[in-house]
Amino acid sequence: MATETAALAETGTQAEAGEAISIEGLTRRYGERDALAGVATRLGRRQTLAVLGRNGAGKTTLLRVLATLLLPHGGRVRVLGLELPREAQALRPRIGMLGHDTLLYRDLTARENLDFYARLYDVPDREARIARLLEATGMARRAEEPVRNLSRGMAQRVAVCRAVLHRPELLLLDEPYAHLDPEASALVEPLIGQAAGATRVLVSHDVERALAESDRVLGLRDGRAIVDAPAAEVPSEAIRAIYGEIS
Amino acid sequence: MRAALAIARKDLLVELRTKESVPAMALFAVTTFVIFHFGLNRNRLEGELAAGVLWVTLLFAAILGINRLFVAEREQAGFDGLLMAPIERNSLLAAKAAALLVYLIALELIALPVFALFFIDSGFWHALPRLAAVTLLADIGLAVVGAMLASIAVHTRARDLLLPILLLPLTVPAMIAAAAATKPLLSVPFDTGGVGKWLVVLALYDAVFGLLAYALFDFLMED
Repeated sequence: MATETAALAETGTQAEAGEAISIEGLTRRYGERDALAGVATRLGRRQTLAVLGRNGAGKTTLLRVLATLLLPHGGRVRVLGLELPREAQALRPRIGMLGHDTLLYRDLTARENLDFYARLYDVPDREARIARLLEATGMARRAEEPVRNLSRGMAQRVAVCRAVLHRPELLLLDEPYAHLDPEASALVEPLIGQAAGATRVLVSHDVERALAESDRVLGLRDGRAIVDAPAAEVPSEAIRAIYGEIS
Repeated sequence: MRAALAIARKDLLVELRTKESVPAMALFAVTTFVIFHFGLNRNRLEGELAAGVLWVTLLFAAILGINRLFVAEREQAGFDGLLMAPIERNSLLAAKAAALLVYLIALELIALPVFALFFIDSGFWHALPRLAAVTLLADIGLAVVGAMLASIAVHTRARDLLLPILLLPLTVPAMIAAAAATKPLLSVPFDTGGVGKWLVVLALYDAVFGLLAYALFDFLMED
């Protein structure tokens, strides 16, 4: 079982040490509003960065910049040694994102969806990889059903398969355990949890779990980083400040 | 090429399963022919009137399909999955244009025989090989321009309004050439004079707008 889990979680070449993410003075605006204003942080390879903050603090914007979906308007962003946005195309095969949307086509079956993404990412031994992931997430029996017939939790499990299909080195996770019951959470844990061995950026409102799973915490408030420290060194006052309980 | 094939394959699979675009386009075309048939009160059309009725109907039917080209991305999976994938953005354009081309060909396989049934006495089957060349070249242009404009319109709230407003002026040259090439083919007696010249015009339109779409699409998909 351990070998199987390790094989499923295999996340590409991660042997090299050093920084996985380096952000300096990152700004991103929506019209006149600063969604991110001078955010800076660093993260080592295979480590987890928990991004905490209230709604609208800039967490999802940060994730979308790292996912190459949004252009930074200022500052410097390096991910897995690649400069964004200049080297976005080289970065894309190395990242996997699990966000609010499952990014699945409702009229296609779970297997067809995964097959589609596997073709886009040119995943070797496509069918075997898909079969193993569906088995690991407990979705093999429902694999031939259109996604529209699946519950939100089941669709989320398929979305986990989609996000890790191409063995990404960096996982961008926005509330990854949302919609999952404890059993389903345990099933996907080897794929997107710390055991996966990938560098992770984890956005979550489950502060306790995020702190327990992370090496570093980035606290955002109104687009500004008010906490950037190793998880073990973040005092509870700082967490309260992130959520606005202390001004 | 691999990515374009994967996306086009996915689009055709979704269309086969939902049957949303092609049946609506075909139904629109057939209904329009019925309206023309009774509205004009004529059992036979020829020359430029026949060409006009045919191409106006095909163009408006095509708009229905173009409007739905990115619906699966807009309402279901979102664009993020495609934009994060390690693929050239132009492969999305190629895939959507290819899918639309298949929709248009399917539409014409239904619409052309119905058009002949309603309006053409004889000689239609004789003209069909050349008419097929005209429609194929016009379809390629419509598919490329339609895919490019649909990718712009899909991000706007007024997409259903915006698409025809953008599309119709840009397709005027192709429609003029297609109608002009079709006119002698649907004339009595059947004629092929000038068809070759208009086929060249259509091919040029396809090439120019193909290059334009290729150059612009990456920019249109940015952020």
